[in-house]
Amino acid sequence: MSAKRKQVEEQDVLGKAYDSKLARRLWGYVGDQKKKLFASVGLLLLGATAELAGPWLSKIAIDRYIVDKDVSGLYKIVIIFVIVSALALALRWSQSYLTGEAGQIIMYRMRRDVFEKMQRLSIPYFDRNPVGKLMTRVTSDVQALYELFGSGMVAIFGDIFTLIGITAVMFAINWKLALLTLSVIPILLLVTFAFRKRVRDLYRKTRSQIANLNGYLQENIIGMRVVQLFGRERANHERFKSLSGDLKQTYLKTIFNYALFFPAVELVSALAVAIIIWGGGSMMLTGAVTVGTLVAFIQYVERFYRPVRDLAEKYNILQAAMAASERVFQVLDHPIEVPDTSALDYVEKTEVDAPLIEFRNVWFAYRGDEWVLKDVSFDIREGESVAVVGATGAGKTTIISLLQRFYDVQQGEILLHGRNIREIPLQELRAMLGLVLQDVFVFAGTIAENIRYGKADASDEEVRETSELVLANRFIEKLPGKYAEPVVERGATLSTGQRQLLAFARALLCRPKILVLDEATASIDTETEQTIQEAISRVLEGRTSIIIAHRLSTIQRCNRILVLHHGVLREQGTHEELLAQGGIYHRLYQLQFGLGEAA
Amino acid sequence: MKSLRLLIPYLKVYRREITWGCIAALISTALYALAPWALKLAVDDLQTGISARQLAYYAGLFVGLAAVGGVFRYAMRMWLIGMSRKVEQDLRDRIFGHLQKQPASFYNQNRTGDLMSRMTNDLDNVRNVLGPGFMYPIETISTAVFSIAMMLWISPTLTLITLLLAPPVSYSVFKLGRVTHKLTTRIQEQYSRLSDQAQENLSGARVVRAYSQEERELAKFDQLNQEYVRRNLSMTRVQALFFPLMGFLFEIGAAIILLVGGLGIIRGSLSLGDFVAFVGYLGMLAWPMIAVGWVANLLQRGAASMVRIQNLLDTEPEIVSSSQPSSARASAGEIVFENVSVSHDGVREALQDVSFKVRPGETIAIVGRTGSGKSTLVGLLPRLIDPSKGRVLIDGVATNEWNLDELRKQVGMVPQDAFLFSSTVKENLTFGAPEASETEMLEAASISRIDKDVAQFADGYETMVGERGLTLSGGQKGRLTLARALVRDPSILILDDALSAVDTHTEEEILRGLREFMKGRTSILIAHRVSTVRDADCIYVLDQGRIVESGTHEELIALGGYYADLDHRQSLEQELEMES
Ligand SMILES: Nc1ncnc2c1ncn2[C@@H]1O[C@H](COP(=O)(O)OP(=O)(O)OP(=O)(O)O)[C@@H](O)[C@H]1O
Ligand SMILES: Nc1ncnc2c1ncn2[C@@H]1O[C@H](COP(=O)(O)OP(=O)(O)OP(=O)(O)O)[C@@H](O)[C@H]1O
Ligand SMILES: [Mg+2]
Repeated sequence: MSAKRKQVEEQDVLGKAYDSKLARRLWGYVGDQKKKLFASVGLLLLGATAELAGPWLSKIAIDRYIVDKDVSGLYKIVIIFVIVSALALALRWSQSYLTGEAGQIIMYRMRRDVFEKMQRLSIPYFDRNPVGKLMTRVTSDVQALYELFGSGMVAIFGDIFTLIGITAVMFAINWKLALLTLSVIPILLLVTFAFRKRVRDLYRKTRSQIANLNGYLQENIIGMRVVQLFGRERANHERFKSLSGDLKQTYLKTIFNYALFFPAVELVSALAVAIIIWGGGSMMLTGAVTVGTLVAFIQYVERFYRPVRDLAEKYNILQAAMAASERVFQVLDHPIEVPDTSALDYVEKTEVDAPLIEFRNVWFAYRGDEWVLKDVSFDIREGESVAVVGATGAGKTTIISLLQRFYDVQQGEILLHGRNIREIPLQELRAMLGLVLQDVFVFAGTIAENIRYGKADASDEEVRETSELVLANRFIEKLPGKYAEPVVERGATLSTGQRQLLAFARALLCRPKILVLDEATASIDTETEQTIQEAISRVLEGRTSIIIAHRLSTIQRCNRILVLHHGVLREQGTHEELLAQGGIYHRLYQLQFGLGEAA
Repeated sequence: MKSLRLLIPYLKVYRREITWGCIAALISTALYALAPWALKLAVDDLQTGISARQLAYYAGLFVGLAAVGGVFRYAMRMWLIGMSRKVEQDLRDRIFGHLQKQPASFYNQNRTGDLMSRMTNDLDNVRNVLGPGFMYPIETISTAVFSIAMMLWISPTLTLITLLLAPPVSYSVFKLGRVTHKLTTRIQEQYSRLSDQAQENLSGARVVRAYSQEERELAKFDQLNQEYVRRNLSMTRVQALFFPLMGFLFEIGAAIILLVGGLGIIRGSLSLGDFVAFVGYLGMLAWPMIAVGWVANLLQRGAASMVRIQNLLDTEPEIVSSSQPSSARASAGEIVFENVSVSHDGVREALQDVSFKVRPGETIAIVGRTGSGKSTLVGLLPRLIDPSKGRVLIDGVATNEWNLDELRKQVGMVPQDAFLFSSTVKENLTFGAPEASETEMLEAASISRIDKDVAQFADGYETMVGERGLTLSGGQKGRLTLARALVRDPSILILDDALSAVDTHTEEEILRGLREFMKGRTSILIAHRVSTVRDADCIYVLDQGRIVESGTHEELIALGGYYADLDHRQSLEQELEMES
């Protein structure tokens, strides 16, 4: 359904295979693993040299010992051959392990850093980026970088070195034959480049199609109940089939290219061997080359094509890694829209007569200039209990989000004890607030883990007491596992009201200084609601509270009422004052208690 | 391995591709296997004297073999690998279709991440069996047969000595592959733990921040991350050995040929050309020997994945449509519950022995404590769950005898949690009725009073609503889900606490509009407010899964039970308010 938009997102970055600025930055990331990488390049060069020695040794064996019938010489050279191979094994193995290890460690750090950054990023970022996309950053993008460090980068050195090495050895043995043999290289390059370009484009397409398909799949799994309720199975299945079919088509095209490329490389290599037979053979007839040379050349040609083929694949890895790192760095570089103040700069300074909370001419918009709050000013004194009322979409929840500093205001300021909340460390600010929100999010885990979420060291006793306070114990005690009962993703096996009770317990366990209830009892029955309210006022006696509710009865205990209308604070005062004003509140009140418009 | 037999029905569809692919594979290997032979002839002739024309002939032969062999190899890849992608798609579409039949309980038992990996990783493993797992054995066996035949022809002793290498190579590949597989499984497990944690953390980003749990979340993640790297490193150790070891074993083979072949040449029992051809055949055999072990692993892995996929496909949906063909008639909307009990987990009963009847066009209301079973009760009508005892009848037909599509078309449900898809307001509105006209859509939007809000959005009905409707206010989400149900024009309307997030003024407006809409439709309202339910034809009070009271508002007040108490509490609140 949102395929159009997702495609646009996925396309965003898939750039060049090599970008020097990006590469330098990545290199900086390698840090203390550089030593390992250098060492493995060294080992790789030695190993490649040892491998190159093989055909050379065969040549010597043929020309010097076999043709001359020198049996003991042959034994000697075979022993050298075996020793060199064993050496190559040891070198290759240690090199492979070193790079692998370095790659793993770099990947570990990168993943940690991305995740850490995601803990620092503020809510606006999460509003804009779906969870699935963020997950990709933490998982597959970091993985792509591992391929780069763990195998790609070092192996590319190895391949290039092998190519140069073979060329050099061939020239050393017989430069004329070498020139002849290498004359097919332009064809090889042509084939490889054509292939690489086509495969790169297909790779890009595949990636975005997979992302679309998986995104669609995930949303369907999560929302399957709604899909079924609304009889959308067939339509969604059709859509899935078409996404899946598109992906298959791209794969088939990729297969076509590979099916063409591999035989083509074989053919070019056969061409080179044919040239050796023909050209080398002619030279041999005139005595310009020995038979051992011929054999060695044929073996080298075979070894020449492997790195070429590999390089074409490595190029793809390199490109994928560059694109992934660009995305990862985008996350790491993303400015933190709501920057924290370090606790060190913070000196607790409370102005004695300043109100606990003050909104001073606050303007706020989520997007551009669609103002959600317009010039809102009010204050709340310590111990006061204040209600916010207003029609849906008026901006009530927004006020709470601003108080928590999920977003920063565009104009005006919010003060706590006379200090701008921007100067207060976020942790300190948020620890003061205990929230129960409209949208309850519970974590997969157990009931007790969820209640303890804000206070990990709370005793079992505390957990139980708090649950009793909000009557959550009524349902928890009936669960087979009681407090240890597992909670599934998003608490799907609990009723909506039960999830809300859980959120209540979670908030109250921390005994917050300021309690904020945003439609917290909307899905709770009246009896439970009243019991909870009494319990709260007992436990949090004398504490400040902010309550958002549509039922005026819920807010009866509040000292003061703020009336919000389309983002403007239209009225404020006590219940009587507002009734006397005869404004919006008065109208709401009459409506709710069925006194009729006329009364 | 037996589980791979389950793939046969999928393969039958592509019988032609498979046959042709196998034939192409045989021909191409035969041609490739002739190449070293040509080389041998050339080298031997070179030593005994040869004309330039003959040399050109050998060179041409060599290229010709590679060219024709290449054509067949191309055909083989297109047919066999292409087939594997096609089967993959068939399987994927089939699993998706199967998932669509699974009821809500299935999704509570299976984590989203698990299901996703079934359709990505496992499917990939199975595809690898079909592509490479098909192609390489054919290639391997034919290459082995052809080259060994040629080698025997040249020198039986040398062949036997060289073939001594085959068992250790294949065995070590197989062994290494096994260890790799075990390690991979452990890595995968850790990986899914890691991603589950990240997923929960990112989905709950607001809660994490509200409780300043960033550091603790980070520590938890770091621990998982460290373990993940540790497991990966033990894998790296094994993997790093693989290719160097293979290379080494082949160098040993080359050394043996050099020694034994060299001695043979010295003794005169072998020609130099034979030697060259032998080295060539060794190169050709290298891959098949590795492939045997490798393919064995692919098959093993693929078989394990196929078991998991099959388990999924074998999960019979607990709720299936009756074979009753759908008739396009609109239902009258009569509902009867006959001694209905429901259990979500097979142990506790969320509803016990519930019976009642709703006449067509009536409006009933359900009230009751949190967790008393209200949502469970209404979930029975569109068959989100089935009763464990008793029957639910609509128009005199038990729900399990209805055609499921038809049944759900009758029921317009506004679920308690407002789930929206991350697309535009309009697409969400017409989700259940894509063919609805513009006027019908606007009509529904106006009854649910979402129209005024939409008018304020810069992009109007084309506004994107964000994941799960994240960028809407609570009330906006609720009203959008209400409108989504109204657009379907259902004969039974269910509102599960749908107006709880809406202010009273708007609620009043909506109810007024709904009253018109509900005329001639059967409606069920779940609410906590007496004011919302008092006009219903009958009100049922649920307590711990049982109906404890029922009747009209007046009757229940007179009864003096839970409902009367509710009313008392709410009017007390009201009075308190009025006094103050
Ligand atoms: N994250 C967001 N991104 C963009 N717009 C948003 C976001 N959250 C809310 N809005 C918009 O801001 C406006 C005010 O929303 P808010 O949630 O503050 O309303 P509310 O008064 O709490 O309403 P309700 O009573 O329905 O909960 C709405 O029009 C809503 O669509
Ligand atoms: N999928 C499930 N698996 C196990 N138990 C469940 C499941 N769904 C609901 N329950 C349990 O069944 C009981 C009834 O739940 P239900 O959602 O019907 O309550 P409700 O009356 O709608 O409550 P609320 O007013 O909070 O919405 C609760 O105790 C709940 O924990
Ligand atoms: Mg419910």
